[in-house]
Amino acid sequence: MDLLAMVLLLVGSLFSLTAAIGLLRFPDVLSRLHAATKPQVLGVLLVVVGIGLRVGPSLDLGLLVLAGVFQLLTLPVAAHMVSRAVYRSDQVAHEHLAIDDLSAGAQD
Amino acid sequence: MITAIALAAGTVLAVSALLALVRVVRGPTIINRIVALDVMVSILISALGVEAAYNRHTTTVPIIVALALVGFVGSVSVARFVARDEDGTGDEAGAPTTLGVDT
Repeated sequence: MDLLAMVLLLVGSLFSLTAAIGLLRFPDVLSRLHAATKPQVLGVLLVVVGIGLRVGPSLDLGLLVLAGVFQLLTLPVAAHMVSRAVYRSDQVAHEHLAIDDLSAGAQD
Repeated sequence: MITAIALAAGTVLAVSALLALVRVVRGPTIINRIVALDVMVSILISALGVEAAYNRHTTTVPIIVALALVGFVGSVSVARFVARDEDGTGDEAGAPTTLGVDT
């Protein structure tokens, strides 16, 4: 059980590493956001499950569940607001978009 | 074995924090920096979690909850600030830009 918990922690850390590499390598803000947000959610959830498995019933598990739920609730909101600000301040690299559903010409 | 895995996880987290810090320093706009700082917050949560799980203590679990709850406030407020700033400096003189109509 301890080994499983530590492996979960390691996999969660590797998700953080993929987020950081994507942050460094991807060309524009929206693709960096794509690389950054999903590993944040899944990696932190894996880490939380790992803590729960390793520490066991001596811990108040409600706090851990609360941490996971807060992460699931808040991160999509933050990513949505950031991408909205990116589009509205026109920092989108349009040559990287296959289709722009928000542009005025795409509504017909 | 457990110690080796914990050390590996800590090293991976340190490397990813360093890479995110490189993006914070280099990022051409404030949006890039705030995305990288968001990643830094989750790396911090993961690091606290690895340490708490390795030492089998629960002292830092409330800090993890607080970071998971508050971590998004910074990026949301900066995103609002950037959008508002762009609204104020509309590039076509006098014309209400379609970008700022339905905030």
